[in-house]
Amino acid sequence: MIKLIPRVENSKVMILLSPLLAMTLTALTALIIFIFILDDIKVSSVFFTLFVLPLTDSYLFPELLVKAAPLMIIGLGLSIGFRAGIWNIGAEGQYVIGGIAGGAVGLYFYNVEGFWLLPLMAIASILGGMFYASIAAFLRIRYQVNEILVTLMLTYVAVLFLSAMLQGPLRNPAGFNFPESRIFHDSAMLPIIWEGTRLHIGFIVAIILSFVAWFGIKKHMFGMQIKITGSAPRAAKFAGFNDNKTVLYSLLISGGLAGLAGFFEASGPAGQLTPGLPQFYGFTAIIVAFLARLHPIGILFSALLIALSYVGGEEVQIEYNLPSSITQIFQGMLLFYFLACDILIKYKVVLNKTKN
Amino acid sequence: MNYQLEVSNVTKSYGDLKANDNVSLNIKDSSIHALLGENGAGKSTLVKIIYGSLMPDSGEMKWGGNSYSPKNPFEARENGIAMVFQHFSLFESLTVEENIILGLDGVGLNQNFTDEILKYSKQYGLDVNPQQVVGDLSVGARQRVEIIRCLLQNPKLLIMDEPTSVLTPQEVSDLFVTLKKLANDGCSILYISHKLEEVREICSEATILRGGQLVQSCVPQDHSQKELAEMMIGKKLTELARSKINIGSEIFSINNLSEKSDDLYGVDLENINLTIRQGSIVGIAGVAGNGQDELMELLIGEKSSSDGVLKFNDRDIGSLGSHERRQLSMFFIPEERLGHGAVPDMSLDENMLLSRPESSGMTSNGVIDWISVASYSEKVINEYNVQTPSSKMLAKSLSGGNLQKFMVGRELIRNPELLIVSQPTWGVDAGSANNIHQSLISLADAGSAILIISQDLDEILSLCEQIHVLSEGRLSDSVDMKNNGLEKISQLMVGGES
Repeated sequence: MIKLIPRVENSKVMILLSPLLAMTLTALTALIIFIFILDDIKVSSVFFTLFVLPLTDSYLFPELLVKAAPLMIIGLGLSIGFRAGIWNIGAEGQYVIGGIAGGAVGLYFYNVEGFWLLPLMAIASILGGMFYASIAAFLRIRYQVNEILVTLMLTYVAVLFLSAMLQGPLRNPAGFNFPESRIFHDSAMLPIIWEGTRLHIGFIVAIILSFVAWFGIKKHMFGMQIKITGSAPRAAKFAGFNDNKTVLYSLLISGGLAGLAGFFEASGPAGQLTPGLPQFYGFTAIIVAFLARLHPIGILFSALLIALSYVGGEEVQIEYNLPSSITQIFQGMLLFYFLACDILIKYKVVLNKTKN
Repeated sequence: MNYQLEVSNVTKSYGDLKANDNVSLNIKDSSIHALLGENGAGKSTLVKIIYGSLMPDSGEMKWGGNSYSPKNPFEARENGIAMVFQHFSLFESLTVEENIILGLDGVGLNQNFTDEILKYSKQYGLDVNPQQVVGDLSVGARQRVEIIRCLLQNPKLLIMDEPTSVLTPQEVSDLFVTLKKLANDGCSILYISHKLEEVREICSEATILRGGQLVQSCVPQDHSQKELAEMMIGKKLTELARSKINIGSEIFSINNLSEKSDDLYGVDLENINLTIRQGSIVGIAGVAGNGQDELMELLIGEKSSSDGVLKFNDRDIGSLGSHERRQLSMFFIPEERLGHGAVPDMSLDENMLLSRPESSGMTSNGVIDWISVASYSEKVINEYNVQTPSSKMLAKSLSGGNLQKFMVGRELIRNPELLIVSQPTWGVDAGSANNIHQSLISLADAGSAILIISQDLDEILSLCEQIHVLSEGRLSDSVDMKNNGLEKISQLMVGGES
């Protein structure tokens, strides 16, 4: 009989090994699915397109980094709240509001040149995201309303607000009534860091932010505060942490970062505000955060992995006519296997010989 | 000599750990037999084997002279073995009678047991009302219900697991009368405890276990309490004594504290007054659930209190949080170790940071100096004899005693002017308890004030010069121990006036 026995200490080897194991199992399951739905010749080439091509192709690789940047930024913010047991599920909404706020500032100063415009837009987007998340914080602190429901429902409000804005004040006056804003002028567009691609400065910001988050979590009492609050709320009170502040700060941080990601998307690859701004990054970032076990540096890698599934998934759609849901299947499987493999960190498997 | 139960050379292992290693135990007819040992000595394993919930790896048992190897508790009960567990298994919303019926094998709720319950109740002085709802009963009354439930099975052996740990002194002496009567009527009793005074009072034999092995079987009256304790823990105990009692000026006071509980089932505190002086150890006795948790919450500062209620060195501290209070040299040790005083899933180093006076240098402007933190936890581990491979171990991997020593040490290395501690040795082995008591005494000898809130009356009596009793949210005046002090405490604990 196979038995799971709790380990005395968490296994350091398994902490590193379990993501690899989860990826292997995902790939194996994918292989089985492909063998069932494809003929033999195609299986290997679909596999190649899905998992290898995005890393080697000179067009797809920068696209992968473009997609990874918002996932990193949002994932970092969410991971902080998740550590404290604050479940901001509506980063998508804060992302949209951030995009609108940043974009609106850019459009207000349309054709005004200046180095100050981008920082101003960034600040507006962060404040926008923070404001939107603070609604959930207020309701939770004042009336004990569950933040999961509030943040989730406000996402739909944000998406509708975007379309209201695009049909009203932010609509391009010369746009034939299409619900789209003007295309941002140069000063409102993010600098490109890789000539000839869409890769913008937001990717660098994401990497810097993850090191800042790492410092905050490992070396600062704020990190301890959220960790203790998430793990043992009574001990947090004993330590003298105010739980309302923990709720507020973690929602403000995750909302602010989601807002910033929205601005990067609008002023980066999109270059304008369109109804296509919401790309599910806010939801996918939840998977990113958990794949990284909420570790800020780990999020860099998990965001790349998830971005790979996006880019590879789109590519097999185009080349082999596979359904778009293939991306979601992969993301789901990855998270599923990952959570399952994580049990090996706390437990070891033994084959039980003795009778009980 | 007739033995009711003979256990010979029983061994039971879990992996590499021998929970019982060649243990033997013989219980005479109509006797009260003590099973002594610290946490982890193997008492529970042995009892589970006798009660049929575990099968031994080797060894044999005899019941009334015949071979006995129960496969499950049902079989043990059929043979006439009954057990009262430390944690009662009663449904709070049902009546006493319904609870008793549900605990009997092969009986339906439609049967009437009122008469029989009353019969046992009268015969053995077990005062219960069959129609009362269990939720309204005191802990002592619940225990009586459990005992009656066992008696209805006409047991030849009654196993009692730590029966007095939650009782008031009066309830304890009532229980002893019952147990003696039962033994006289032919029911042997296996009495599991680590309270040596009790064992010496009512048990005619004692079997002592340590580390899974039999130390010896003896007549407890032939040995002093200290000898028995040393057999139990396998080393010498230090005598507890204050070297110098030097009471200074008033350092902390509670003035007319009244506080409604936020919890529906909580206890409201009513007009509590208390003064603590430097160098003194003040004790608050009382049965759990009489406002201890509510009081502790306010003292730690997890909940703020009104102006003028709490004063430390003449400063109003009611609105300060626990972190601010620590900066003034007030430190706290809560009752609950895992989840309150320590975070189970964090290392000892990380747990150091729960209590972090700014002057310690563990943090500056919120940035953590992990090297300094680790040096403090090493210091705690060494000075307070915490058994752990390293300070990187998770708090939950330590035994109760070791984690408690860590938590006590974490506060004591700060030399608190005032230490407030709840249940300092709850669920802690005798050796560690002795260490902890010794550390508290040294702290007070050096001039600090200590407030101990404890259910363990022996602990309060042996440590404190000033004793109060908390009952139903009200705190008594300090009890004068020279005049029938114990009796007064006993009355106060059950809510009587002194």
